[in-house]
Parts: sequence; C-alpha cells; structure tokens
Amino acid sequence: MAEILVLAEHDGETVKKVTLELVTLARRFGEPSVVWTGPGAEAAQARLAEFGAAKIYVAADPEYDDYVVAPKAELLAELVKQASPAAVLLPSTAEGREVGGRLAVKIGSGILTDAVGIGDDLSAEQVIFGGAINVSSRVRSGTPIIAVRPNAITPEAAPADPMIEPVSIAVSDAAKQAKITERVVQQRGARPELTEASIVVSGGRGVGSADNMALIEKLADSLGAAVGASRAVTDAGWYPHQFQVGQTGKTVSPQLYVAVGISGAIQHRAGMQTSKTIMVVNKDPEAPIFELADFGVVGDLFKVVPQLVEEIEKRSA
Amino acid sequence: MNIVVCVKQVPDTWSERTLKESDSTLDRDAADAVINEADEFAIEEGLRLAEAHGGEVTILSMGPARATESIRKALSMGADKAVHLVDDALAGSDVLGTSAALAAVLGQIGFDLVILGSESTDARTGVLPAMLSERLGVPQLSYASKVEVDGSAITINRLADYGYDTVVATLPAVISVVEKINEPRYPSFKGIMAAKKKPVQTMSLADAGVDAAAVGLANAASEVTSWDKRPPRQAGTVVADEGDGGGKAAEFLAARKFI
Ligand SMILES: Cc1cc2nc3c(=O)[nH]c(=O)nc-3n(C[C@H](O)[C@H](O)[C@H](O)COP(=O)(O)OP(=O)(O)OC[C@H]3O[C@@H](n4cnc5c(N)ncnc54)[C@H](O)[C@@H]3O)c2cc1C
Ligand SMILES: Nc1ncnc2c1ncn2[C@@H]1O[C@H](COP(=O)(O)O)[C@@H](O)[C@H]1O
Repeated sequence: MAEILVLAEHDGETVKKVTLELVTLARRFGEPSVVWTGPGAEAAQARLAEFGAAKIYVAADPEYDDYVVAPKAELLAELVKQASPAAVLLPSTAEGREVGGRLAVKIGSGILTDAVGIGDDLSAEQVIFGGAINVSSRVRSGTPIIAVRPNAITPEAAPADPMIEPVSIAVSDAAKQAKITERVVQQRGARPELTEASIVVSGGRGVGSADNMALIEKLADSLGAAVGASRAVTDAGWYPHQFQVGQTGKTVSPQLYVAVGISGAIQHRAGMQTSKTIMVVNKDPEAPIFELADFGVVGDLFKVVPQLVEEIEKRSA
Repeated sequence: MNIVVCVKQVPDTWSERTLKESDSTLDRDAADAVINEADEFAIEEGLRLAEAHGGEVTILSMGPARATESIRKALSMGADKAVHLVDDALAGSDVLGTSAALAAVLGQIGFDLVILGSESTDARTGVLPAMLSERLGVPQLSYASKVEVDGSAITINRLADYGYDTVVATLPAVISVVEKINEPRYPSFKGIMAAKKKPVQTMSLADAGVDAAAVGLANAASEVTSWDKRPPRQAGTVVADEGDGGGKAAEFLAARKFI
C-alpha cells in the first residue's frame, strides 16, 4: 500500500488534534506516514500510534522551527521524492496551507485547501461562498496535496506500531531566508484553541464592550469551550484579532457553536456554517443567525447568559 | 523602494456568488466586483512604506478587462502606476498557474518588496504569497500585522494563534498583510482625478513571457468536478425568553449531551 504523508502540527510536546484527524483520514487511502519536524516526537509517539500511524519520519533538527514555512516544504518535497506517496495531507491552518503552497510549486502538483472531507478518489469536498455551495474538486497533475479543515472529521483510534525513521536532511540556506527571532505569546489561558475546540462560544456587537466579553468567557469556561468573536468585536478592539471567526478570521467547525449577540452576516457565517450544532442568543427575532440555529433564544443576552451559566454550573455540580 | 502590490478583483461578498454551469469556474458577471478587501490593506501598507522611505508603488493585477475598475481605484488611493495582466488564455487558472503568471511578471518588472493580501475572499486559498516567495526565491514574510523597513532589513510581526512571531529578512521580499494592520485610506476627489492619468500597462501572456502551457483552465493542476447549492439548514427551535430562556437553553444542551 502506498504511503500517505501527513505533516504533524504540534507545539514541541503535544500533537494537535488535527494531526490525528489527518491520520484517521489517511488510513482510508494508504499507510499513514507522519512527518514530524523539530523536537518532541518521542513524547507524541504513543498518541500517533494509537490513531494508526504506520511510520513516523522524524526530522528532529530544531532549525525546522526557526524559519518561516520553507524548511518544512523542502523536507516534504524530499520525502515525496523518496517515498512516492499517494497524497500529502496537511492541516488547513495558515501554516499548513503555506507549506502546501510551497510544496506544490516544488513538485509541480495541484493543491486543494480547506477540505471538509475527502472522497474515495482523493477528491476534496469543500464548502465555499460563505456556505452557499458544496464543491467537489480534485488534483489533476502530480501528487495530490490536500489541506483539511481542523475539526471537520472525528479522529478514530486504530492502534498501530509505527516505525520510526530518523531523517537527517539539513535545512538548506535557500530555506533560511525568513528567520523567526522571537515568539510572543499574548494569550494562553486554560481554554482550548479556537479551531480545535469541540465547543466555541462567540460574542458579537450585542455584548457591548470589552469588559462584557467576560460574560462570554464565563459561559465558555462553564462549557470547557474556546472563545470566539465577530468582526464587529475585534474591529472595536474588545477582543484580540486572532479570535475572529468568519471569512477573514478563523473557520471553525465545532460540535457546538454558541453565537451570542451576533446578527449572522454572510461573512460571519462563512466561518461557522459547518458547525454541527448551533445555538443562538439574540434579542432581535429577525436576526439572520436564527436561520442557522438548532436552538435559539430571543432575548436579552445579559439576562439569558447569566441564567444559562448558573444552570450549567448547577447541573455539573 | 520599488514596491509592487498584488491586487485581485473579487465578487462582493454581499452579493450572491455562484459558479458557472458551463465550466464550474467563478461566475464573475453574477456579482458586483470589488477589490479583495485584504488587498486594500496591502495597498495602504505599500503607500505608507513609500511615503516613509521613498519609492514607487505599482499595482499588479491579473484578471479580465473588468479588473481595470479595481486598478483605477487602487491608483486613486495613491499608487503611482499599474500593470494589468490580461489574456483570455489565463481564464480558469488555478493558484499554481496564477502564481506562475504573476511571478513571471514580477521577474520582468522587478521589485524590492511585493505586498499581497493574506487571502482572497473568493478563492480563499491563502497560498499565493508562499507560492510567489518560492518561485521568486525571496523571503516569505506572510500574515504580517506590522511591517518595519530599515535600509535593506525588513522585520514583521507574523500573526499566530498564540500571539505573533517576530520575523526578520533582507530585501527583496514577499510579504502578505492581515486586516487591522492599518486603516486603508479613502480615495480623495483629487486622487480620483489624478488616477485617470496614471499609466496602466496591459500585458498579454506573450508580453510577460508566461508559458501558456502553465496557465488556464485546461492546464490547471486542480479542478472542480461537481458542485451543488448547499441545502439550507433544517429549521430549529426558537423560543422567546420569558425569564426562563437560560434554563431552556441549558435543557437543550443537556438533551444534546453537551452538559
Ligand atoms: C470583506 C468583509 C469581510 C468580513 N469578514 C468578517 C469576519 O471574518 N467575521 C465576522 O464576524 N464579520 C466579518 N465581516 C463583517 C460582517 O459583515 C458583519 O459586519 C459582522 O459580522 C457583524 O458583527 P455582529 O454580528 O457582532 O454585529 P451586528 O451585526 O451589529 O449584530 C449585533 C447583534 O447583537 C444583537 N444584540 C444587541 N444587543 C443585544 C442584547 N442585549 N442581547 C441579545 N442580543 C443583542 C442585535 O440584535 C444584533 O443582531 C466582514 C465584512 C466584509 C465586508
Ligand atoms: N489574479 C490576481 N492578481 C493579482 N493578485 C492576486 C491575484 N490573485 C490573488 N492575488 C493576491 O494574492 C493574495 C492571496 O490570494 P489567494 O491565495 O487567492 O487567497 C490576494 O490577497 C492578492 O493580493
């Protein structure tokens, strides 16, 4: 069976959930070979094995993390040459897509981004134009490179005993042009990451102020959820930009999306339309977000949300 | 500094967008056309850098004849001149083809800095900046929320989930910018009048030295094989809050096993 290369996304210790999703997908098309860059592979090995990784290529050189994207693309291009995989899967995150883009140029292959599923013939299923249209597309030339939206599928365990294959390809000078000199961590609570979270609670203009975003955080924490925001909120500076959900922000696909004080403009919907369950709190019964709601409450969020938090805490006590 | 800003004309996200029945490519006539929003931030950043360090801002756009509207708007914001790559053979190009074509033009016109938006609202691939960097062999400084140039040194803040990375490189370089990096200016009346006289050079594939076998729908490395209007979500339950809205919401969450 052919290999399927899966680029691991990790923080040097823990492998991100999206990698396990990609390994789960890869099993349908061949033998999942995870490509690990930088340190931390030993710590993650058990988890990758649990989800069925057949092989782990470990390029442990810490230099892989010191430069923007290019070293990873170079590594993947080399592994594509050596292993002739049937496909390369990456997370459809900023970094994953960019690695894929450079790889596509290097090996002359087509690339498909933001897939929410992969068909039997390695075609990508995509949802475009703010959720208006479902598309199926495929790569016509070269090794298919497919970037998959985090949370689009559920990872399934399938224990395996992966072979560890150390890779000692040095990063070329050509890939060292954009050097990362500092990583600045601005926000790191106990909350899950926005695109990986199984529950996301987002606040909109209705929340009214930066201080009031604490109410959204409180609801999120009672559910173990990530916090998101509409663009009205990030534009106003009530919450940092990286939490924006929508067309020009993050695309999320959680099990549950709770939209509080958000009207549901097409550009916001583009980022949350594929959530499995959607709950809405809005005082305007005409707000378009209700069209998406599995459950909606027409009411003042300052009354509904505190009561909801209290109920959740009561039930989980 | 010789700054080139890549600008794409896209269908307005407020109008209804669709694909063409005939070849599954974007139906550009069905929707109003505007400058891709992220590219307005790219233009603004180019203008600011030219104002601070001297130099010229050139707009580069690949697209059908209608893209001239967007090019004029970019010029009315203050860019100096434009290059419009337009050729029927480019229709239906995928990102790989688009990046080959734009890289060929950039190689020909030369640059110290290429600025792009980080993502377009129609294709939404967000890979073009990385592809151009790869093709041109210059540093990739993408997702910039802040840009500083000092002589030939360039430093950006690259937006990340956890905050940002500081990234340094040497010019020439390719950068892409995120929204909120600046506040794009509105064209002034004077700017709109001046834009009418600014030079717009049209280039064909042959002029740009682009290999016709690398571009266009027939040569695209990826293709749409089928598409469908997505069915609307099934209507859910909506209740009015009568003092018990939070409680009812909790019941819903419990019934779905979220709590
Ligand atoms: C090119 C482009 C890209 C964009 N990208 C994005 C994007 O990525 N993400 C995004 O979100 N937007 C994006 N937008 C903006 C989008 O069009 C909307 O302007 C934005 O989503 C509105 O945010 P909102 O719903 O929070 O605010 P509003 O539309 O103002 O809605 C606020 C809602 O809160 C309700 N409300 C007010 N007070 C209360 C209360 N006390 N209790 C309950 N409900 C209350 C109101 O009834 C209203 O429905 C983009 C726009 C453009 C043109
Ligand atoms: N046809 C085009 N002409 C000029 N610039 C483009 C074109 N297509 C994309 N771009 C640039 O590439 C960026 C990213 O686009 P994309 O990779 O399509 O999401 C855009 O914000 C533009 O700056």
